[in-house]
Amino acid sequence: METLISIKPVLAIAVSLAAVLLIYLTGERSKNLRETWTILAAVTKFTIVASMVPSVLNGKILEYTLISIAPGLSIQFKVDAIGIFFAALASFLWIITSVYSIGYMRSLNERAQTRYFACFAIALSATMGVAFSANMFTTFLFYEIITLCTFPLVAHKETPEAIKGARRYLTYLLGTSVAFQLTAVLLTYNTAGTLDFSNQGIFAGKGSDLLLTIIFVLYMAGITKAAMMPFHSWLPAAMVAPTPVSALLHAVAVVKTGVFVVVKVVLHIFGIDLLQKLGLGTALAYFASFTIIVASIIALKQDNLKRRLAYSTVSQLSYVILGVALLTPSAITGGIMHIVLHAFGKITLFFTAGSIYVATHKTEINQLDGIGRKMPFTMTAFTLGALSMIAIPPLGGFISKWYIGIGALEAGQLPIILVLVASTILNACYFIPIVYSAFFKEPIKDHEHHDEKHNGLSESPAMMVVPLMLTAIGALALFFYPGVFIELARIIMATVT
Amino acid sequence: MNITDQAPGLIIVLPLIASLLNIMVGSWRRAFCYPFAVAALGACAALSVNILYAVINNGAIHYRLGGWEPPWGIELMIDHLNAFIAVVVSFMSLIVAVYSKKSIEQELPADKTSYFYTIYLLLATGMLGITVSGDVFNIFVFLEITALAGYALIAIGDDRAPLASFNYVIMGTIGACFYLLGVGYLYIMTGSLNIADLSRLLPDLYHSKVVLVAFAFFMVGIAIKIAFFPLHIWLPDAYTHAPSSVSALVASTMTKVGAYVMLRITFTVFEPYFSSEVVPMTAILGWSAFAAIIFGSILAVGQTDFKRMLSYILIAEVGYIVLGVSLGNRQGFTGSVLHILNDAVMIACLFMVAGAVVYKRGARNLNDFIGLNKKMPVTMAAFSVAAVSMIGVPPTAGFFSKWYLILGSLQAEKWAFAAALLFSSLINAVLFFRILEKVYLKGSRGQGFKESSEEETSFDEVPLSMLIPILVTAVGIIILGLYSGRIISSIIQFTVPEGF
Repeated sequence: METLISIKPVLAIAVSLAAVLLIYLTGERSKNLRETWTILAAVTKFTIVASMVPSVLNGKILEYTLISIAPGLSIQFKVDAIGIFFAALASFLWIITSVYSIGYMRSLNERAQTRYFACFAIALSATMGVAFSANMFTTFLFYEIITLCTFPLVAHKETPEAIKGARRYLTYLLGTSVAFQLTAVLLTYNTAGTLDFSNQGIFAGKGSDLLLTIIFVLYMAGITKAAMMPFHSWLPAAMVAPTPVSALLHAVAVVKTGVFVVVKVVLHIFGIDLLQKLGLGTALAYFASFTIIVASIIALKQDNLKRRLAYSTVSQLSYVILGVALLTPSAITGGIMHIVLHAFGKITLFFTAGSIYVATHKTEINQLDGIGRKMPFTMTAFTLGALSMIAIPPLGGFISKWYIGIGALEAGQLPIILVLVASTILNACYFIPIVYSAFFKEPIKDHEHHDEKHNGLSESPAMMVVPLMLTAIGALALFFYPGVFIELARIIMATVT
Repeated sequence: MNITDQAPGLIIVLPLIASLLNIMVGSWRRAFCYPFAVAALGACAALSVNILYAVINNGAIHYRLGGWEPPWGIELMIDHLNAFIAVVVSFMSLIVAVYSKKSIEQELPADKTSYFYTIYLLLATGMLGITVSGDVFNIFVFLEITALAGYALIAIGDDRAPLASFNYVIMGTIGACFYLLGVGYLYIMTGSLNIADLSRLLPDLYHSKVVLVAFAFFMVGIAIKIAFFPLHIWLPDAYTHAPSSVSALVASTMTKVGAYVMLRITFTVFEPYFSSEVVPMTAILGWSAFAAIIFGSILAVGQTDFKRMLSYILIAEVGYIVLGVSLGNRQGFTGSVLHILNDAVMIACLFMVAGAVVYKRGARNLNDFIGLNKKMPVTMAAFSVAAVSMIGVPPTAGFFSKWYLILGSLQAEKWAFAAALLFSSLINAVLFFRILEKVYLKGSRGQGFKESSEEETSFDEVPLSMLIPILVTAVGIIILGLYSGRIISSIIQFTVPEGF
């Protein structure tokens, strides 16, 4: 495989950091100018990332060492198939979310918008950093930065409730990553003598089985952003954040960083062969299955829309982990594809939740009767997103579930098929009623708001509706044209097996 | 005769003479004391860099005061380790001196400032003297100069400072006695006080009871001086009630210099073999350090006074340094020496932030940090950097020393030590995020907090002479972090004792 030196990954990270500076300098004086920087940075970032895709598809790897601090500790970037896969997804959705954010924040006349957009931009920089990192140190560095810069976003409203949620967020994410992940990284370095990712894993012939098992468990416990049970409760708590944050960060960037790092640990730190030998893949698969089922059951009981979506996310993230943990080619492809397919579906759902909130100030599911008549675009998008979550063809979510199912058969793990079926039924149970009541139930008579708007449309602003339509269409289109993503998933598979 | 040759002597003589001249300068024009002291310390800093370069390029320096041959004359001996410590000490003294102007004007009566700078320079003299001395008795002399100056500076703090200082005098004096007894016993046995001489003569006497007792006296004496758990009780009071700039100086440098003396005694005067095999000193130090880290961290959680909280954190940080040394491997030792530097910068930054809050708010309880992001955004940004570094998030300096310390613990298979270090990181996260929340977020202020009026939230930073030192340390934390590999490969790796 050919390796090129390229500064592009650094640029992709730096562009939104430069935007942070401009956002702060512009501040509240000219909101339009300030938002221009965000959009500009988002588009530039995506362009830079997209420009690297062809080289990666041609089997090349781009590398750049930013600074080597000490032996084993260097900030180094490597753009390979899996990195570009994640980066392309996050940077593309950032463009859409930026537009949506502007609509959302202005409609609600939210406070501290400068800080909001600045932290958002830093979060995306750090996400690129994780995507492109060439070693576990760089990953850890950006992983921590994501935690720190999203903390103000979760605490955004600064109400006691928001502070409480933010505290839990920080306690879980920072606490476990320092206590477990850092320990795992240190033990990895101590055992393997390197932290560089390698397609075959770095532990070949090193360390006792017990030690390696401990390291693996520490990694899984420490990468809390993947929201595997029992370390999942920060994610529902983070729902106090403004909805665009929940949409991009807590359905895509932050949580996908978690599963991305899990995937990296499985494929590039341990390697498929070693995990198979230690039997840890199967253990992880059942652990993930547990999360899938239990989180779905909890989701059933949530009446707050965003909390239901959050538990759904907890469940869906474990699909990725399940797929990768099965360690068979189809399952890994499915798991990796689920990163992108879930992203489009779930971001749509969160967008619609925000849109409903902006238009009607409703947050609970029992208030949504008949809302489909007032907000047909929003609720159509919601339906598409929900169907993708349930994995009904022709929506994207079907592809990944199909591959994971095939992979489970390849691995000879029949119980996993049952998990997939059960989870599909549960998903249907908590999404279909919302769709049904939105379109087919009579709206509840609202005493405070009189009837003037009852018959007409009352959609949220176009800056919110257009993005959510786009992502919904994306969820649909990915079923027919998974194109570049499936291509990249194949390359990832080819390199690790 | 060029300056480089004389630098080791000058670095003591210059601040000593400056401190005397300072009284005269002060009686002529009080306002000149500050620039005079800053200039003298600036010269010391330049000299220390000069010495460090000389050591890096040409190896250890042996400087004979007045040309007398050791063991009769006084020898200054500077290798990578103390050249490095001297740079830390002289730069921290300089930075804090720059910072002290406004803070001292507010905290002291105007007619006392010239004396303040005189004693301040004496303190710097003492610490630099300890670092460059080549014999154990001179280290004692300078330890006492440092300590006496320290007692005086701490005593001029707030109302409770004299009492705190008095406690410190008693403990410090006991510590000094122990140290001096150790020196005496070694002199009885060997007839020499010179470090190089002693390390040559002592191996034959390792099983003599007198030498063992001397070693024990040294360790206890130094343990008191660096407030090593469980001999730390004097420190929180003394550092809490001292004037802001004094706390910043003594917290960042005095314990580090003490730690340096500990390294010298355990690994140069005695051989590593003695300290780990003949007496199980490293094991004792290791477990005491373990306790220091755990209890320092836990006690810090209970504090509401910001400076007192920092004092307990400092006790834990001293534990870090000793813990790394006790591991007896290269990684651990590297971590310790690196942490001497990193901790000096971080603690100085935090104490200077404390001083800035005292300067503006007149108090330093954790609740006084409420809403400071609007009033003092720059100071608070610096504070955030230092806080993140204390937690140990890369790429700040705190991460790298912790990295080596934990790596050393893992290599030595001391899992409990690694766990203690991680535990302390977590506690630091709790401690500092508790404050950062108050600084940046409104909702954390609880009920009954009056929504601040317009002037409360308006921009009201500390004067530039305070702000710049704070910023220098904050930026330093990041730069030192990024350059830690360079620092290790050019300096610290040469300080690791043979056999590690």
